[in-house]
Amino acid sequence: MKYAFYPGCVSRGACPELYSATVEVCGILGIELDEDALKGASCTGAGVLQEKNQRLGDTLNARTFAMAEQSGNPLMTICSTCQGVMSQANERLLADPEYMASINEDLSEEGLEYKGTADPKHLLWIIAEDLGIDFLESKLVKKLDGVKLAPFYGCYIVRPSKALGFEENPGRKQALEEIIETVGGEVVDFPGKTLCCGFPILTINPENSVNMVANHTIDAKDRGADAMVTPCPLCHLNLDGYQPNAASARKREIDLPIIHLPQLLGLALGIEPEKMRLNKHIISTKKLLSELAISP
Amino acid sequence: MEVKFNVRRYDPESTNAVEHFQEYLMDMEDSSTVLDGLIRIREEVDGTLSLRCSCRSAICGSCAVRVNGEAGLACNTKIIDVLSGEGNTVTVEPAGNLPVVKDLVVDFEPFWEKVKAVEPWLQPAGEEPKTEYLAPDEDMLHLAGVVSCILCGACVSDCTVMEVDSNFLGPAALAKSYRFVGDPRDDSNQQRFKTLNEYGGVWDCTRCMKCVEVCPKGVAPMDRIMSLREKVMEAGYTNTNGARHANAFVDSVKHSGWLDELKLPIKSFGIFNIKAMIGLIPLAIRSQRAGKVPPIFHKSIPGVENVRRIFEKVETKK
Repeated sequence: MKYAFYPGCVSRGACPELYSATVEVCGILGIELDEDALKGASCTGAGVLQEKNQRLGDTLNARTFAMAEQSGNPLMTICSTCQGVMSQANERLLADPEYMASINEDLSEEGLEYKGTADPKHLLWIIAEDLGIDFLESKLVKKLDGVKLAPFYGCYIVRPSKALGFEENPGRKQALEEIIETVGGEVVDFPGKTLCCGFPILTINPENSVNMVANHTIDAKDRGADAMVTPCPLCHLNLDGYQPNAASARKREIDLPIIHLPQLLGLALGIEPEKMRLNKHIISTKKLLSELAISP
Repeated sequence: MEVKFNVRRYDPESTNAVEHFQEYLMDMEDSSTVLDGLIRIREEVDGTLSLRCSCRSAICGSCAVRVNGEAGLACNTKIIDVLSGEGNTVTVEPAGNLPVVKDLVVDFEPFWEKVKAVEPWLQPAGEEPKTEYLAPDEDMLHLAGVVSCILCGACVSDCTVMEVDSNFLGPAALAKSYRFVGDPRDDSNQQRFKTLNEYGGVWDCTRCMKCVEVCPKGVAPMDRIMSLREKVMEAGYTNTNGARHANAFVDSVKHSGWLDELKLPIKSFGIFNIKAMIGLIPLAIRSQRAGKVPPIFHKSIPGVENVRRIFEKVETKK
């Protein structure tokens, strides 16, 4: 299976560990990544650019979709925010042929045309839907038995549910839990798993943002979680990077590692933690790895 | 079908006033709504259960509760659509982010205070016309969605910002504000923008879309908040972290095709905001130690001139 790989800004910036883990995991799962097809693709706009000009955002994303179409392979994302913004743009483009035509006009100078066949898919959905849970299970070399993991989706991969195709694919609501269980983990369910991590207001209202980090990480920790797993690098950045601030704001220890989805898969697929830069987190993963009897 | 209602109860006047869940087993029709179930519980099983409802037709907005953790109107939520787990269970709780009066009844006073704060009435200028204030139909069309708001409070219940900050005006009040900001007959936008630009206003929304998802009337409050942000900036209110963040983000995509994560926080806080710059130092050190720093030299994506060309072409189109 080959995909036009859209790594997003963050996995090439502040979360290089997400990029390495994705490449390692895809190699083992037989997901062939075309890393060239979307080299010239822009940022999705992350919803911020759309605030100012939705049409501009839709044009940039249509451009990316057209590039994926040209490669002949489906588009794969590894970020909840990229996924959500792309799904929303695609929904608007497909719903209105006139709108699509006028956007294609703006793309034509570059020789691009979006035909409407891109179906951007997050790695989470690709594993649950395209590869299948049974296939994943057949590839596991180490069951992560006994580890308690709290899922944390990120807003844009759960809302708006219509644009994200939840009606046609009801499994998307539970895909992360399903993968946690498949790799042998125990799901720590908590209400915050589909709520906001606070990242979007990090520089706008830092106090509120840190309070969100504190609420989610403390709730998961108090329910017994050993770590939190997320398919969103923005959630990771806030929940990991600002956890020390959250701990000092609440005057307590939290110490909850925030693991990217591919890192979790990688541990169960026998990939060395260092190759996935698990030693490069703000909140150390050492204790988690020693509980799993994996040498860092 | 047999349904187990798991209802959160709280009675401040009871001798043992603690929140707890109470189960009720009811035999319901397949076509029944959650409200049908709650009313039957109150009338047939337990007269002490308090709930608020009136029209039963998703018009009055009285019966907003949380069903299985998510806000919605009890009267337009069919039980069969929300049954979960073993034993056909439906969990019903009072709306969130508002103080509980008793059981499923919450105090709406804080809700109304915020709606009042945005001055939800038409403030036209000039001499009063002899008949009514008229506006062309096409200028009012974009308000069709937002006037559908029935002030049920579902969006406020599940707002992720209000959960951590009671100062935030919130989705219902901000959507209501848009209804007047966007009305061509209203003439007090400058005053309205000033309020909206303050702490607790449009910039505090996280864009989590929870309000869009739970609104039973398709008001999409968050989309209104985003429109307000744009209007506030167009009106010249650009000296906020929010406005700077939006501008810096767009500039970065325009110039390099992708996000310059190093510059974004600096530009958002403003380089001369010494306190904020000092505040960033611990994170910078932590990230540096962990090797989680974006490239110092931010390179443009290949073919960035095509992205810039699109910006130039589309920036003026909406």
